[in-house]
Amino acid sequence: MGVQMTSTRAGLEGIAAALRRRPLIWQLGLLALALLLPLPLGDYYRTVAWRTGLYAILGLSLTVIVGYAGLYQLGHAAFYAIGAYTSAILNLRLGIPLLLTLPASVCVSGLCGYVITRPILRLRGDYLMIVTIAFGEVVRLALVNNIFGLTGGANGLSGIARPSLGGFEIRAPIHHYYLMLFFLVLTLAGIHRLQHSRLGRAWMCVREDEEAAEAMGIDTTRVKLLAFVIGSAWAGLAGGLYAGKLTVVAPDIAKFMESVVLFCIVVLGGTGSLPGVFVGTLGMVTLPELFRPLRAWRDAWVGVAMVVMMIARPEGLWPSRKVQLEIRGEKEEASGRSAAAEAGS
Amino acid sequence: MQFIQQLINGITIGSFYALVALGYTMVYGVLKLINFAHGDLFMWGAYLGLTGFSLLIGVAASGSGWMVLPVAVVVLVTVALAGVLVERVAYRPLRAAGRLAPVISALGVAFILQSLARNAYGASWRTYPPGIALEGGLTLAGGVRIGAMQIAVVAVSLLLMAALYLFVQRTRIGTAMRAVAIDPVASRLMGIDVDRIIAIVFLIGPGLGGIAGLIVALYYGSFDFTLGWTFGLKAFIAAILGGIGNIPGAMLGGMLLGVTETLAAGYISPQWKDAIAYVILILILLVRPTGLLGERVAARV
Repeated sequence: MGVQMTSTRAGLEGIAAALRRRPLIWQLGLLALALLLPLPLGDYYRTVAWRTGLYAILGLSLTVIVGYAGLYQLGHAAFYAIGAYTSAILNLRLGIPLLLTLPASVCVSGLCGYVITRPILRLRGDYLMIVTIAFGEVVRLALVNNIFGLTGGANGLSGIARPSLGGFEIRAPIHHYYLMLFFLVLTLAGIHRLQHSRLGRAWMCVREDEEAAEAMGIDTTRVKLLAFVIGSAWAGLAGGLYAGKLTVVAPDIAKFMESVVLFCIVVLGGTGSLPGVFVGTLGMVTLPELFRPLRAWRDAWVGVAMVVMMIARPEGLWPSRKVQLEIRGEKEEASGRSAAAEAGS
Repeated sequence: MQFIQQLINGITIGSFYALVALGYTMVYGVLKLINFAHGDLFMWGAYLGLTGFSLLIGVAASGSGWMVLPVAVVVLVTVALAGVLVERVAYRPLRAAGRLAPVISALGVAFILQSLARNAYGASWRTYPPGIALEGGLTLAGGVRIGAMQIAVVAVSLLLMAALYLFVQRTRIGTAMRAVAIDPVASRLMGIDVDRIIAIVFLIGPGLGGIAGLIVALYYGSFDFTLGWTFGLKAFIAAILGGIGNIPGAMLGGMLLGVTETLAAGYISPQWKDAIAYVILILILLVRPTGLLGERVAARV
């Protein structure tokens, strides 16, 4: 078992290293793969691919909060739901075409992210986590209780018009897949830029040591708030895409289990690592979906996988190098590797 | 009068929250870990009770009150051992692994326990056999009713909590527990077997949780596999409310939450009672993050 684990680790690290060396070729290759992937598949698998991509977008949006800024957010699904409901309500009440509601979904989710997280920013760690769980539940209960008479209660809203683009109705799973893929690529590009921006470095600084960040002149409150607002806003976009695909929204998408899945996507793959989000999505969303025939025992296996994974690789499957060094550092980096990494960084 | 009635119902529910909250608070005290699996261990108490009663009724032909005692003992022991097993398998290997890994592991254990329960007992609501829960009660002046079951559950809860409090305050093991909660490293240097103390905490917390599951199921009569999650989250809120890591705090927090919730359901709106409970939690954490009785707080994480 030990040997096998080491070899997977070596394999993954090999791929990671290769990706780092030749970024453009790999990126184009992956994009081509993503474009061609659904063509030979049936509608069911195309929908699975769509779901995978959607959760990857959600996972990436949460990575900004949990991975970069190190803020424990266990109520992220609430913003996904807020986005979905915003699109649904604008479409149903005002007849705005779905694709045009997406900017509104982003704005409303971002605004809710601001309003909700502004007062709780000074909480840290576990306390922050609890409050985000509580907020997530409040949002779900508000949706269930038909707040402002807009959300349709426990059954949610149905009959959302399908999105259309210049007269072309986006209906088949494959059309939704490409729509999702467009936004996924946009998200990846945006987050990659953010990661290496001034703000991204400030986030990571806050994550590592908030006092030190403050002492270095980083406005930690503003930086943390921005992480929450950006992450929440982008989850709202995923919500809008969801509403367009399913044409139905229900309070269930805000339930705690969804938030847990999103949180696990970020952490299982490796906190703060972009490829890690995809690994996490495959593990938490795609594989369980493909094993749907084993439905009864599926959750138990997901649970076993979570425990085993954390024991075997507490830093995640495809961690960012920094986090990996931090966690493994004391235990096994006594050999030359940590010294080399330190010299290199 | 309605107010007093609500108060009595609230205290009853609050005593359930308090019992479950104790498990969260004790584990958080020694490990600084939110044991997300605790709610599901609690739920297993309810299901194991169901199995126990069914077996006994198979022998004795009809349900009666004495059955609670043997079933309670079996539930206590089984859930407590399950708690120790969970700690040994899923948490102990992660002591040095940062803060996120144990959280994911705990969530994983919750997934497993919930899925096991759903497969073993089905996804539908299950009902306890008749004749076991106490019937009848007292009617006080002004039409206020106290059920016999209410008196029994509150009495049992208070008894268990008092016993736990004395255990933690007066015995050597209890003292060691408090020492580990304050500083595990120094405790180890003082000759305390920290692993053993943590195992004992995982024996007591889930044991009480299992009993609470049995009591809750007896009180309400029926439940399903989501019991652990819904009830567990609120119990956890109770633990925070009182100040996490603090045993009297968990009791106070549980009672307060139960009473507030019942009053909110009675006077404001039953649909919004859960939301009100969460909003109160948020407000308390903002005003007094240490909870009502909390002294020490993990400021830096």
